Amino acid sequence: MSSSTASPTAPHKPGAAGDSADASANISNFKLDNGLEVVVIPDARTPVVTHMVWYKNGSADDPIGKSGIAHFLEHLMFKGTKNHPQGEFSDLVAELGGQENAFTSYDYTAYFQRIGKEHLETLMAFEADRMANLLLTDEVVSPERDVVLEERRMRTDNDPSAQLDEAVQAALFAHHPYGTPIIGWLHEIETLNREDALDYYRRFYTPENATLIVAGDVEAEDVLRLAKETYGKIPARAEPPRRNRTKEPPHRAHRLVSLSDEKVEQPAHERVFLVPSYKTAAPGEAEALETLAHMLGGGATSALYETLVVEEKFAVGAGAYYLGSAVDDTRLWVYATPAPDVSLEELDRAIDGVIRGFIEQPIDEDHLRRAKTRLVADAIYAQDSQASLARWYGEALATGLTIEDVAAWPERMEAVTAADVTAAARKWLDKRRAVTGFLLPADEEA
Amino acid sequence: MTAHAPVVSMASRAEHVQRIVTPGGITAWLVESYAVPLVALEFSLRGGAAQDPADKPGLATLLAGLLDEGAGPYDARGFHRAIDELAIHIGFGADRDSISGHLQTLSKNTDAAFALLKLALLDAHLAEADVARVRSQLAAELKRDANEPDAMAAKAFREAAFPGHPYGRPVRGDLSSIETLSRPDLVALRERLLAKKDLKIAVVGAIDAKTLSDRLDSTFGALATENDLAEVAPITLAGVGACQVVTLDIPQTTIRFGRPGVTKRDPDYFAVVVANHILGGGTFTARLFREVREKRGMAYSVYSQLNEYDRCPMLIGAAATKNERAGEALRVIEEEVRRFAEEGPTEEELDKAKKYLIGSYALRFDTSTKIASQLVHLQMDGFEPSYLDERNGKIAAVGMEDCKRAAKKLFGDGGLLVAMVGRPDGV
Repeated sequence: MSSSTASPTAPHKPGAAGDSADASANISNFKLDNGLEVVVIPDARTPVVTHMVWYKNGSADDPIGKSGIAHFLEHLMFKGTKNHPQGEFSDLVAELGGQENAFTSYDYTAYFQRIGKEHLETLMAFEADRMANLLLTDEVVSPERDVVLEERRMRTDNDPSAQLDEAVQAALFAHHPYGTPIIGWLHEIETLNREDALDYYRRFYTPENATLIVAGDVEAEDVLRLAKETYGKIPARAEPPRRNRTKEPPHRAHRLVSLSDEKVEQPAHERVFLVPSYKTAAPGEAEALETLAHMLGGGATSALYETLVVEEKFAVGAGAYYLGSAVDDTRLWVYATPAPDVSLEELDRAIDGVIRGFIEQPIDEDHLRRAKTRLVADAIYAQDSQASLARWYGEALATGLTIEDVAAWPERMEAVTAADVTAAARKWLDKRRAVTGFLLPADEEA
Repeated sequence: MTAHAPVVSMASRAEHVQRIVTPGGITAWLVESYAVPLVALEFSLRGGAAQDPADKPGLATLLAGLLDEGAGPYDARGFHRAIDELAIHIGFGADRDSISGHLQTLSKNTDAAFALLKLALLDAHLAEADVARVRSQLAAELKRDANEPDAMAAKAFREAAFPGHPYGRPVRGDLSSIETLSRPDLVALRERLLAKKDLKIAVVGAIDAKTLSDRLDSTFGALATENDLAEVAPITLAGVGACQVVTLDIPQTTIRFGRPGVTKRDPDYFAVVVANHILGGGTFTARLFREVREKRGMAYSVYSQLNEYDRCPMLIGAAATKNERAGEALRVIEEEVRRFAEEGPTEEELDKAKKYLIGSYALRFDTSTKIASQLVHLQMDGFEPSYLDERNGKIAAVGMEDCKRAAKKLFGDGGLLVAMVGRPDGV
């Protein structure tokens, strides 16, 4: 193996926001010569370290006809390498008192361990080995495919509400791969094989496509040295792999998707809007959408909850959520559970009424202030958990944002005005850009 | 303690725990730390759903759900808005044997946060309109779970394991019982359960002992001194050897299994912890994981764990596999349990399990809320802070003979109570 000496730029320290509570001031960020990005998040409170490697590819990068391959490969990454046969890495992590796992999303795949800080170097050596030297045989691939099929049955095929979610996503994205479930379609998972996994591995599992995040009681210089000695030895592949994704055409038609099943006793309503992400939005727009979603449906003081649940009693539960971390245009969810004897059509009209309030009426400044207080405080609460911080930074970097973007997020949230929220509601909460989903008992049809 | 002390250091966790007894007689464990400008508090009161009147299951759950739905000068909306104004996290829950509460706040809002907690504990309105709303939310949850395989398996298991006992009743009640729950029921239960007796508190974060002592007295001091708990009879998990099958039209069968366990006061308890870890603990090296998932591809999730209700220790586990292989999966699980009871672990398994359990203990102490939760549980189990330093030594001391003896005690003849939901083949 050729050795590439890494000569990174000086540790980058994003500017502090001026608040002593701002931990981002101490975050270090380097790039190795082979393209691997490294982020170090200090947490001196505990002798534990969180070690994560994020690859900038997820289910939305699955080739046509191979849905589920990103997730299947994530499972197969635990099957051993040329240097360390199956089980050796997991055995060692357990023996050292560590915990490990991995997860796949639409835009990224990540592997992590939490362990005593003295074992960081060992983990880095093994994780770097797995970036370059995966070894797969049909004997391990075949039963693991069965495991994934069981995972799909557990999460989706046993559960009508998960099946509705799947259908709603598929309807929302007419062309973009976010419409395909992360775990893949059953009939395609059944055909995935060793070659598919290795082709995908060779395309995406490269240092240029990866971000290493280390959070814990560690010095940035030590992490950098260890990164050079482990990940730094993996040769660069010249160019980072490209995500080749189809683009979503303009949306002009509201769509209603309904699922009736004899197992459903509690009906449910959801509506999903196609909206820009932190990556695709105009400056300030994603922050306005985050605030809008919180005011609309973030907890018991939100407009949907206070209006539909407390006052009008159309619903027993209601909320909203903005999935801002995404490489491409993303979703804002609105959901509600009807009160007994309220039809989903009635509930749907009541939800329209609440949304119309944001479009037509002036924003309640007190409500806006409360929402921003809560959202900005989340950044301080996150500092209590090195694992949460590691995940926050990893997700941001894997979806095309920068360390600076994360560090300045509280300030940008503070800057959101009532006019911004109104503008976001008018522009993006347009039913023609949305899919409504009805979950119904067997004898009822929408 | 210096301003930048670690939350809990490796050398001694116990020495960072300050035991506080307030002038008002409230006891709490405090870990003082200023690294992050937050304060986390967890508490637990003995007496949860097992204290529900026999014809009113779900009452403790409903009570916990109503404590933050209007109190003192605030109606429900006003209370939630007051919490939001200061970005405070506050919540309550009920399980089998206890009511628990959680408070987390930015340190600058500590006084206001304690004041709101006090209102919830002492002056929740339990108003009819709020009772109706929270009851309707509970009903929606129960309807969502009515045909949910895990919830159905848990119900079938519980009813077979604890016939005629409070543990056999549903913590969240059932659709018919919760309709009958009223404000007088809730007021009566609150009077019985919310008291200083058996109150366990842990606090972690940016607050000193003197300030905390004052806040604890003002928050909890006005609670009644004594609670009024009904005796819950000890029970041994019943139905071992039986298999309850509930038919549901789904492609995958959910399997839940269990048998009597071993109490934390048993001299072999740590050996039992090691034995369970080797069989079905949460690592990729456990026998059930290797045999059911890795070798045979029969399940995504398969595990066993030790559960201890106050009056019934037990071993429980679960797996889910497609209907066609359900009988086969159950036989593999039963065979692994029986084989372990007869043969015990290998030296290598024992060694590795102990190393994992010792090494990973630190992972339970890496956030304020996790530390506070650990400290409350230790108090509930009747331990002293010194347990924090002694626990790993007890694991280290487990020898091969201890583990074999524990395996026999825990797994016995390998018989299991099993509940399955789906259309299982081969059962």
